Amino acid sequence: MDIGIKESIVALVSLNKDVISSSVPIFFVDSEEKQEETAILIAKITMGMVHDLRNGVYAIVKH
Amino acid sequence: MENYIISISVSIIIGVIARAYMMNIDHRQYPSYPQGFLSHITLGLIAASLGAVAVPALATKEFAAVTFLSLAAQQFRDVRNMERQSLDNIEPTELVPRGTAYIEEIAKAFEARNYMVMLTSLIVSLSMNISKVLKTAIEIQVIIGIFMGIFSILALKKLLTRQLIGEIAQVKPAQIKFDGPLLIINDVVVMNIGLKGSRKIYEERGIAVEIIPKNSSASATLSNIGQRQAIQHQAATQLGIRKDVDEPDFTPLARRNPHNGNLVMALIPMEAKIDLLVDVVKKTPVLETCKRKPRGKELKEN
Repeated sequence: MDIGIKESIVALVSLNKDVISSSVPIFFVDSEEKQEETAILIAKITMGMVHDLRNGVYAIVKH
Repeated sequence: MENYIISISVSIIIGVIARAYMMNIDHRQYPSYPQGFLSHITLGLIAASLGAVAVPALATKEFAAVTFLSLAAQQFRDVRNMERQSLDNIEPTELVPRGTAYIEEIAKAFEARNYMVMLTSLIVSLSMNISKVLKTAIEIQVIIGIFMGIFSILALKKLLTRQLIGEIAQVKPAQIKFDGPLLIINDVVVMNIGLKGSRKIYEERGIAVEIIPKNSSASATLSNIGQRQAIQHQAATQLGIRKDVDEPDFTPLARRNPHNGNLVMALIPMEAKIDLLVDVVKKTPVLETCKRKPRGKELKEN
């Protein structure tokens, strides 16, 4: 059987340096292009999906 | 037993023909691989022989044989298990999973088809033996047997045929649009797609349908998650899906409009042909286990 954690946030990619998290890794980036690129790279590694939280933060979630 | 050799062989042949006839219809929901074909035809042959020898065994007062027949019939319950297990095993390898409800449905259909074969053979052998008792010529017996066989194949086929989505709902092309990252199909929010690249692909190549149930029973049936998974799976496998394992953005999701019970689904197929998608969704079977009929009596009165 295949066992893994689902529906959980794997990482955040943030333009806003004020974002804090105690449990999820945050990747700070400087531009929207960089944000998109970093999000894709992390999503490909973790097989996750990128969601836009609309406050300058992308959340990568494993479904 | 030699008196019964003709009735037994005719019954077996017609039983196997019945199984082969139903095999043809499988093709859409379950690929009739050569190996699967052989194993199911063989099981059909065994089922047909069980049905065929039941009447002669009773007629020659072989009661022990009849008891063994019922024991053998038990074996066919394993057919359902066998199909369920094999589909469960390949489930993780599907890009868009079938879902447990659909697997259960297919497994049940295979079991039912064996009983159908058994019944057909039984009816053929019964009718042939009755006409034998009435002292008709052997040719007439065979003709009666074949006629009854064809009749029961057609009747059982009609009984086993499932409803299709197209019969309980209207399927219409729908509009895809984005509100920021939110994918919206006909005013229903489906999911949050963060990547601009993925949104662009949806806008360029995505097609969507809206499934509008014809009455409240249909609405309840379509709300079932197993039924929705079946629709997603059918659409993805029949049209070919533009997706790989690391692209969850393109997973087709059938979402329900909670206000009116309509379903919406977007898909990025290899070839963007909306007519084909509408057709495939219409021809998805309504799963037996997902069928609901709330207020069934009230609806009939209206």
